[in-house]
Amino acid sequence: MKRAITITEVALRDGSHAIAHQYTTEQVAAIAKALDEANVPYIEVSHGDGLGGSSLQYGLSRTDEFELIETAVAVCRQAKIAVLLLPGIGTVKELKQAARLGAKMARIATHVTEADISAQHIAAAKELGMETVGFLMMAHMAPIDVLVHQAQLMESYGADVVYVVDSAGALLPYEVKERVRALKESIGIEVGFHAHNNLSLAMANTLAAIEEGATRVDGSVRCLGAGAGNTQTEVLVAVLDRMGIPTGIDLYKMMDLAEQLVAPMLPKAQEITRDSLTLGYAGVYSSFLLHAQRAAQTFGLDARDILIELGRRKVVGGQEDMIVDVAAEMARQKVAVWEGEWK
Amino acid sequence: MEKINVAILGSGNIGTDLMLKLERSDVLQLTTVIGIDPQSEGLRMAREKGYRVIDSGIQAFLEHPEWADFVFDATSAKAHIRHAKLLKRAGKVVFDLTPAAVGPFVVPPVNLTEHLEETNINFITCGGQATIPIVHAIGRVQPVAYAEIVVTISSKSAGPGTRANIDEFTETTARGLEKIGGAKRGKAIIILNPAEPPILMRNTIYALVEGNEAAAREICDSIEEMVETIRSYVPGYRLRTSPIIEGNKVTVMIEVEGAGDYLPKYAGNLDIMTAAAVKVAEEVAKHRLSKLLAEEGRR
Repeated sequence: MKRAITITEVALRDGSHAIAHQYTTEQVAAIAKALDEANVPYIEVSHGDGLGGSSLQYGLSRTDEFELIETAVAVCRQAKIAVLLLPGIGTVKELKQAARLGAKMARIATHVTEADISAQHIAAAKELGMETVGFLMMAHMAPIDVLVHQAQLMESYGADVVYVVDSAGALLPYEVKERVRALKESIGIEVGFHAHNNLSLAMANTLAAIEEGATRVDGSVRCLGAGAGNTQTEVLVAVLDRMGIPTGIDLYKMMDLAEQLVAPMLPKAQEITRDSLTLGYAGVYSSFLLHAQRAAQTFGLDARDILIELGRRKVVGGQEDMIVDVAAEMARQKVAVWEGEWK
Repeated sequence: MEKINVAILGSGNIGTDLMLKLERSDVLQLTTVIGIDPQSEGLRMAREKGYRVIDSGIQAFLEHPEWADFVFDATSAKAHIRHAKLLKRAGKVVFDLTPAAVGPFVVPPVNLTEHLEETNINFITCGGQATIPIVHAIGRVQPVAYAEIVVTISSKSAGPGTRANIDEFTETTARGLEKIGGAKRGKAIIILNPAEPPILMRNTIYALVEGNEAAAREICDSIEEMVETIRSYVPGYRLRTSPIIEGNKVTVMIEVEGAGDYLPKYAGNLDIMTAAAVKVAEEVAKHRLSKLLAEEGRR
């Protein structure tokens, strides 16, 4: 069956944030096998912050990501395994190892204004024979002309696709449209879109992107992704089917694996809580959620206040260390205010 | 006091900042600035200040080796590999601010005294200069099994060289954490932040020490002592908050404000490199001058 829209399933990568990077080999084997049988074309497997992301800064992986990649490759008959890499965190060395284990797609992610740090990695991925995607994160933080220029850079380095990535789940549908339209008018390669559901707009934004010509979109089964998760894959498959847009994915099998495999694995259902809503509202990187909640507990603060302050300071993806830094500073100020009141 | 004549190779931001820092040195006398672009701001400033200016690259300097005994290389890793051979043949002592890593890694408060006789010294990376001393300070109290550092710099202060090969930064810094910092295993992460106004350089150091509990008091004292030592040559280096100790994990957050000589104050990442290079060159110069004096004394 021809696919008009190509969906990449990100639950085994983005979803890793929601479970603090605790995937086991058994879980990945079961989920990847079921996704493959449902005819999902691409499955992304890596630490939530991409190759090399296992760290004290982002959270240590319970299982070595290369073991997870190898497992996923082994159980898939048609689906290709994708990996994420953030230059500055992962390196070409890790990309090579993933390619050796059978990963066929590399998604190279940078902050929306920093595409030029990806030239080395995009070139290396192409050389390894991988399909290569440029991933412009936190797309809400840059004006459209900047986004266009950065996408052109990624195209010039050899990327096959460029994604508008709404890492904070902060974009509104008309903003997604403007961005995708501008890219369609200025680059010659495919355009993709990656949503987060913090403002309950993941589906609406994904449809807006498709309407403007995006042909690659991401989904996560049961919304298993950072923050409030991504566009729910099984729902997206159903919606696109109703719209007469073929994805090639078997809807019933997708629903079954969501219900029977993924749901029981989740510590609690993915929903839009006040803190994940705040991520979208403040325009903060979705992976900050659990870190901010932990810092709030340690320092006796409201996680929302920490997230709003991080948004005000224009903190970018990967700056998880700023969460504790800002929380410590806010706690000190709070004490100072109390002391002032005592006097 | 007698001074040693020095030259700067490269008239970009780093080279020009070095020029201003060298003006204050008691033991180093800048004589020559070598560039390849006659129109560059750095060479223009060097001419104005009365230094000898070469705008055609290293060759003209090699024809007059008497112009300087020490050379700071502030070009690129690729260029340095060529420069290193030429300057070695000419008998010069070279301070390499590129990531070429031809010579041994030096971080002044950690291992400077071991390398006073070297003829090519490398400064690792800005992140290495900012974080390796802290890992060393922890390690001298309790062995460090794992050190991980996260460097965040303003986008504006990340030059094209760093951007084109960011893996070189993470890999070289990680190696420095192990070889010089003394961690059994090291990992480095770098993040660029485009916020306006530009942010100051920030560094977070996470260290897991051996044993179940970190010796909190001793480790904090050792870190504070180290911060003071670094401040003697990078005055804008400071702790963001007291070290956080949980079990065997030590978290240290550092901010580096540049001296604002030529580079803007937010570029603490560049300032810590030029400051370290001048500091090391001064110590090597003093060592050489005292040896010369001793030899003259014997004669």
